[in-house]
Amino acid sequence: MSKSEAISWFRIQEMFRFQSFHMYGIIGTAVVLGIIITYVIKKYKLRDFQGNPIIFTPKEMSFPRYLIGGTIFGLGWALTGACPGPMFVNIGFQYWSILIAVVGAIAGTYLYGAIKDRLPH
Amino acid sequence: MLEFLSQPWPWYTSGIVIALVMLVLLFFGKSFGFSSNLRTICSACGAGKTVKFFDFDWRSQTWNLLFLVGAIIGGFIASEFLSNGEAVQISQATIQDLSALGISAPDGMQPEEIFSLESAFSLKGFLILLLGGFAVGFGARYAGGCTSGHAISGISNLQLPSLIAVIGFFIGGLFTTWVLMPLIF
Repeated sequence: MSKSEAISWFRIQEMFRFQSFHMYGIIGTAVVLGIIITYVIKKYKLRDFQGNPIIFTPKEMSFPRYLIGGTIFGLGWALTGACPGPMFVNIGFQYWSILIAVVGAIAGTYLYGAIKDRLPH
Repeated sequence: MLEFLSQPWPWYTSGIVIALVMLVLLFFGKSFGFSSNLRTICSACGAGKTVKFFDFDWRSQTWNLLFLVGAIIGGFIASEFLSNGEAVQISQATIQDLSALGISAPDGMQPEEIFSLESAFSLKGFLILLLGGFAVGFGARYAGGCTSGHAISGISNLQLPSLIAVIGFFIGGLFTTWVLMPLIF
């Protein structure tokens, strides 16, 4: 992640301003390969290392949940320039201030758990 | 070799590596989704006693926590041994847009105006990081996944919910970029 600069706030800004192909190239390559991998695993009913079938659980259909939740996520993603994975890569990179965002993310997760029954899903 | 490794890598290498990470996790009977770790951390800190959502056997998720530790170690190795210390090569258009907001051109990976310790402990910088992180954590759990779970794993499995979530990621991201940021900076 860090070697392709996907953990950089600048790269996320560039993505949301549609000013470079870079981030779209990263996500696009991963998705195209991911679709092929998933298709092949399903088609040939491939198994994992213990011999169990690899199962893809379909996501439960809903509209508000994904749209509202996704939008809130996006608001924060553009602001901090980091989604959850890159937050932790940034710790390794010794950008210590990202720890504030990590604390925020854990608090946000906790609040969701606490009020989830009252939110539209 | 080291010189080659020290340069920024092109986008397709990262895309391939991300897909391989997903493949390896599937092979080991797991799935690729990073933000679940935030729920696991809440649970490991004892949140299950007060909130039912966190009342599960978090130890079963140890593998994903190890993945998290790996992400930190990977960042450390990249910064200590495989970095040439050059600024991120973003487009000229982005540099111009950001300088209009008062954010100077990249000097490293992250903008000084937000990430330097001085900025991070100013009220504005602190709130940007805290509230931004809060929205990421809250939104990821609400939507049931983040970039890895939805944009990569979900769309790879052609899941409509994941596509809706990714559209949401962009609605939120574009709103922050084009509406909120000119107000904040």
